[in-house]
Amino acid sequence: MRASRSRRSYHGDRYQGALVNVRLLRCGDRALLVEVDDVDQVLALTAALRADDACVRASAELVPAARTVLLEARNGSDLADLAACVTRIAQATDAADEAAPLGAQVQVPVRYDGPDLAEVAAATGLSTDEVIARHTGARWRAAFGGFAPGFAYLIGGPPDLTVPRRSESRTAVPAGSVALAGGYSAVYPAQSPGGWQLIGTTEVILWDVDRDPPALIRPGTVVRFVDLANRGGSAPH
Amino acid sequence: MAAELEVLRTGPLSLFQDHGRPGLAEVGVGRSGAADRSSYTAVNRLLGNDSGAAAIECVLGGLSVRAHGRVVCAVGGAPVAVTVDGEPVDGRAPVELGDGQVLKLGTPKRGLRSYLAVRGGFEMPPVLGSCSSDTLSGVGPAQIARGDRLAVGPATAGPADHADAGLIWAGDGADLSLQVLPGPRDDWFGSPADLAVGQWVVSAHSNRVGVRLDRPAGVDPSAAPALRRKDSRELDSEGVMLGAVQVPPSGQPVLFLADHPVTGGYPVIAVVRAADVDRAAQLRPGQRVRFEWQG
Repeated sequence: MRASRSRRSYHGDRYQGALVNVRLLRCGDRALLVEVDDVDQVLALTAALRADDACVRASAELVPAARTVLLEARNGSDLADLAACVTRIAQATDAADEAAPLGAQVQVPVRYDGPDLAEVAAATGLSTDEVIARHTGARWRAAFGGFAPGFAYLIGGPPDLTVPRRSESRTAVPAGSVALAGGYSAVYPAQSPGGWQLIGTTEVILWDVDRDPPALIRPGTVVRFVDLANRGGSAPH
Repeated sequence: MAAELEVLRTGPLSLFQDHGRPGLAEVGVGRSGAADRSSYTAVNRLLGNDSGAAAIECVLGGLSVRAHGRVVCAVGGAPVAVTVDGEPVDGRAPVELGDGQVLKLGTPKRGLRSYLAVRGGFEMPPVLGSCSSDTLSGVGPAQIARGDRLAVGPATAGPADHADAGLIWAGDGADLSLQVLPGPRDDWFGSPADLAVGQWVVSAHSNRVGVRLDRPAGVDPSAAPALRRKDSRELDSEGVMLGAVQVPPSGQPVLFLADHPVTGGYPVIAVVRAADVDRAAQLRPGQRVRFEWQG
């Protein structure tokens, strides 16, 4: 067990200096679903798993999500070995470590004209200008993907921008929609169904298979949203 | 000039597939690739191709192609009648097409997906390392259409491997059984064991994303109980596996195939063991299937 507890953080009144707590769930005969307490633990554990040679050799696919990491065993490697790897690594990983390497920083210029902006303001008790100021003021970081190619769940926003998903999802959210839900922010890379609250739009291309890398925002990427209206643009709020 | 196959007719759906794109889950791209990997692999081996050579996956046969130049091909997967200029041939052995000859696939009597491979593989620029058409994310080549001219790659030196010539055929529809392991979210259900009670019937809405299952109409619910959740908690989206049996609120399970989403927001009650997923990919709409807990 790791003794160092030098880097600690508080989330609400819950003490977060602890080691990563894992619960291993069987997922067929070729994969394990590793359940942890929260997204910070997901990030710490994912970084530690990727940095471990034995784990990299034993796993074919690693899928981080909000509270889980799915690990698929590589052909010829044993699920029990993979489970032993995860347990060993979890016991040596401090959930409060900023172990997940930060990727590139990207700026996303946004026109804050989303159809749900007023509703988000009402739900949070903020003015629309305050919503925009908080959204542009935060240092967002991509935690994980999965919904669609190039879609990334961004964390690190202010707690007062936490809003629920819409009660009814839209059948077609336009590409470039900048959205909030459940404490996350995201940009829809392509038109798709979606239930998040839409606060703005960007012209930035999030996903392009002919670009290397194809995803503008991938896990680790730091994202700053910039209000186009404050950049000499003429669009009023 | 390199040889080509000109598409005269496609069946319901013909797509290029190969081994897929592993390792891109974190940017939201699933593996995709041949739905019945063992049939796809066997037919490539039969031609001495590199493993991973692109082949055509045909749903319910129906593909018809004309050779431009000399092309050696073979057919695996769902058993299907093969003709060359109208003459029946055994597609499970390499078939040589001369310039101008027409190869046709009939409709399989059982199974769903047949694989047409050519010696040298089909040649095209890969997308993110693969020539697979991912029908969920839209990544990869477009669906094959009439009039397309499909380039055939130069033959590699690999020897033909006839050991796999007895390609994997799907079960004949009487009562196919798939082995499953419980979890990861079996504890979200009142009676998860009910998955393996009675038969399920394959819905017409099944596709490469998944096999959608209903209970057969007119069957006593005690013989084919519905799957009920314990409560209406919401599950945070989590990674899902090939072969996972996810249960949406309707209670009608979806057995995930090659183009499954990277993550899912409904609980997975059980996962089909890896060796049975290829058979699941050959299930036809209307076919009955049952699950069996792996001991």
